[in-house]
Amino acid sequence: MMNDILTALLLVLGSLFSFVAALGMLRLPDTVIRMHAATKAGTFGAGLILIGDAFFYAELGITLRALATITFLLLTAPVAAHLIGRAAYYSGIRLWHKTWIDQLKDRYPAGDPPEETER
Amino acid sequence: MPADTTLVVIASRFALVVLLISIVLALVRLIKGPDAADRIVALDLISVLIVAFLAAYSIYAGETSFLDVAIGYALIAFLGTVALARFLMRSSQKRSENMNRIAGKRTDDE
Repeated sequence: MMNDILTALLLVLGSLFSFVAALGMLRLPDTVIRMHAATKAGTFGAGLILIGDAFFYAELGITLRALATITFLLLTAPVAAHLIGRAAYYSGIRLWHKTWIDQLKDRYPAGDPPEETER
Repeated sequence: MPADTTLVVIASRFALVVLLISIVLALVRLIKGPDAADRIVALDLISVLIVAFLAAYSIYAGETSFLDVAIGYALIAFLGTVALARFLMRSSQKRSENMNRIAGKRTDDE
């Protein structure tokens, strides 16, 4: 019974967090700000639902699988966000008109991305 | 073994509906996103939402193998996001090189 209540709570919370992420994806003004919503709230919502899975089944194998998935999401989300942000900045996205700090502007003038070192 | 407690059934149904609405919202951004970068971010969010959907569906259907599907999907989605980001990086670099070359040629001619 306790596990069922916890599972239901985690399911509702996780889906609401995912909904907030999608809402931010739709409503926020520019690419970099949208990435903020997608990466953090989305990963957190999926993680909550996976923890709910672990509570619902209450078996060692399922719990380990859920924890492995959460760990993988937590490891890959920053890497993917970093890559997308870098590619987006160099592909010349326009920042929001109220953004007043762009620390890369002087170091990498527009249309002049640094050489990739590998290969 | 399907979920037999009504509380869990109601909660998982709610979660499935909300996650579907979220996927549709992200899909709207995927369709109308002004830049390629916006579309890649939307695809990334959609893949995370699908992982959450698979986890919730595994509770709803009482089938644990959907968790394995979620793990595999997360792996492949990460690879896809990385490939798309590198493709965007490469193509923007090539475009700026071309623009530099054209600009250089014009100044040489004059």
